[in-house]
Amino acid sequence: MANAPAGGITPTHDTGTRVTQVFGTLAALGVAWLCAFGLLFSPADRDQRESVRIMYVHVPSAWVAYLAFGVTAVASALYLLRSSHSLTWDRLAGASAEIGVLFMGVTLVTGMLWGRLSWGVFWTWDARLTLTAFLFVTFLGYLAVRRLGGTQHQRAKRSAVLAMLGVLEIPLVHFSVRLWRSLHQDATVARIDGDPDLDGLMLFSLFVGLIAFTLLYVWLVIHRQRALVLEDALDDHGLDAALVERRAEAALQGGGR
Amino acid sequence: MTSVDLAAGTTVDDGSRPAVELSDVVAVIGGFPVLAGVDLRVERGEIVLFHGPNGAGKTSLLRLCAGLLPLERGTGTILGMDVVDHRDELRRRVGLVAHANGLYQDLTVAENVRFWASMVDADASEVDGALDRMGLRGRLADAPIARCSAGQRRRTALACLVVRRAELWLLDEPHAALDAAARDQLDEIIRAAAASGATVLVASHELERTMALATRHVEVRGGQIVELPGG
Amino acid sequence: MAERIRWIRWQRTRAIAAKDLRVELRGRVLLNQVIPFSVLVLVLFGFAVDDDGIAQRVAPGLIWMATLFSLLVMVQRTFAVEAADGALDSLRVAGVDPTVIFWGKAMALAVQLAVLEIVLFAAAIILFAPTLRVSGVALLTATWIVSTAGLALVGTLYGGLTAGIQGRETLLPLLVFPVVAPVLIGATRAVESGLGTTGAAVSEGWPWIGLLTVFGAAFAAGGTLAFGPLIDD
Repeated sequence: MANAPAGGITPTHDTGTRVTQVFGTLAALGVAWLCAFGLLFSPADRDQRESVRIMYVHVPSAWVAYLAFGVTAVASALYLLRSSHSLTWDRLAGASAEIGVLFMGVTLVTGMLWGRLSWGVFWTWDARLTLTAFLFVTFLGYLAVRRLGGTQHQRAKRSAVLAMLGVLEIPLVHFSVRLWRSLHQDATVARIDGDPDLDGLMLFSLFVGLIAFTLLYVWLVIHRQRALVLEDALDDHGLDAALVERRAEAALQGGGR
Repeated sequence: MTSVDLAAGTTVDDGSRPAVELSDVVAVIGGFPVLAGVDLRVERGEIVLFHGPNGAGKTSLLRLCAGLLPLERGTGTILGMDVVDHRDELRRRVGLVAHANGLYQDLTVAENVRFWASMVDADASEVDGALDRMGLRGRLADAPIARCSAGQRRRTALACLVVRRAELWLLDEPHAALDAAARDQLDEIIRAAAASGATVLVASHELERTMALATRHVEVRGGQIVELPGG
Repeated sequence: MAERIRWIRWQRTRAIAAKDLRVELRGRVLLNQVIPFSVLVLVLFGFAVDDDGIAQRVAPGLIWMATLFSLLVMVQRTFAVEAADGALDSLRVAGVDPTVIFWGKAMALAVQLAVLEIVLFAAAIILFAPTLRVSGVALLTATWIVSTAGLALVGTLYGGLTAGIQGRETLLPLLVFPVVAPVLIGATRAVESGLGTTGAAVSEGWPWIGLLTVFGAAFAAGGTLAFGPLIDD
């Protein structure tokens, strides 16, 4: 490009490639299919009637949120354990965390709406919902730590270690919440993920939802990871520019001598 | 130094490598290149003065040599140890006294020195020796740091360096906030340290005083070294 | 040889713990500031709850909530001591093994936490009058020990990460609170069983002790590994 800075980055408008186009198309189709089945073809529930349809967003979101967390954890481990300490793993972990937070928010909100519509309460202290809330806050902490500054490798090391601690913490939180809630076997307490009896078509729609959301997740993560690559490259480029400036500063001050 | 300190060490330092050897070193803080390509070589036993305007990178250079500031680009060895690969080991042989003294305010002078002695398994005689060399014996040794003068604190910090057997002393504005007598005392301490084998790097605005003290002086500007001829 | 190395590291860990406790003895921050603060938190809870019966029932939870708030203050204090004059930097420059720093500071923090919890427990008995029973003493003691260990380890670990640099300290609550949730849940249930406040039997408390022990062990291991990388700036 004519106006590209010497030795710098070529300006890019988007992070799309053939791969993302494929995934994007598939994801869009999947979502459309989900809408069709979720909203039209699948039957209403006996008890919850139409509000059961929120499940087709809520459950796949939850699945993706946990998947995202898993990817972040594995990518963090790979960053730490492999001697190359490649920043690719770090950026994958970061991108997955950002998308994961998104889906986790969706899970919580849809869960609350579903509960409100079906059982009249926004929140119940059931194990799954509580654990998701914890995972959400943990993710937020992780993302905050990523923004603490320092070199790219410092960021990578810090957040990778934090992710490993998260992996340690999640089962502990899970078991303690489960054990805790098992003390409250109250039959009258409504359970959000009430697991309505699912007939074949509903199950199929749910399955479609899982696939569609997973495709959506992959598409988003690829884009986000590439954006992070560009951000890091921009930082490096910024460093080169800053170096030039700093050295010029030295020459300037020395001029009078 | 007891052999156990080198338990995991794989470095070989036979004292023949220069104290500091930096090649095109770039270091970054918050995206800003505080050091923009430093080339430096310091032999053992030298007393080198770094002077230059504020923001030139003197403090960052010292912190890099202490192993506190990571290297972004370039290569460097301190006391024969690579700055990146052997950061932990090099830290043990280096001492930094900056604007902050690294002392515990609520503890006494002697307690501070004894604490650092316990970190390197130095015995009581070494503690006494360090306190002696810095003129910190008697009632002063039992005074809490919070109630000591700036000069006394500075000397306590240096006593900690001595007791830690630091081979490279990094002093950032050591004369700041000291009165004339304390400054003279400090100069004596620096000379004695160099005479007994330590290498001393001093960053200072006090040109006249430290020029007399130093074996060589070096100007830092814009994150780089600009060496003045004739040292 | 390996024996001697281990002994030396233990000596250094003790030296750091002793140093922290000595600083506390001189400065009396725990005594003069943190403990009054924690008791005040309990009192304020009393105002907020405004019902003797309910307050008595939730007293165990209130004790641990007050402990958690105080934990934040204490963790920030233990690292502020280091940061005040660049001492953490000095510890790192001295090449002191981060594991040694971690365990030394965690031990000192645990001692201070243990004292705090005793005071809070006594204050809760006075303020909210839950009944003590002899059969629960063993359980209560076990809870005290295991919870303190877990909290001290987690606090030191995340405290190291968030210490010193401006703009980082506010991260401490966000990071610590989700992690110590199991301790809050478990310790509260165990104390409830120990005191019998919700009609719980003493035997129901022991599974929670198991959970708390696992928690402590997990962070003993995790903290040992993670502390070094986290404080390395």
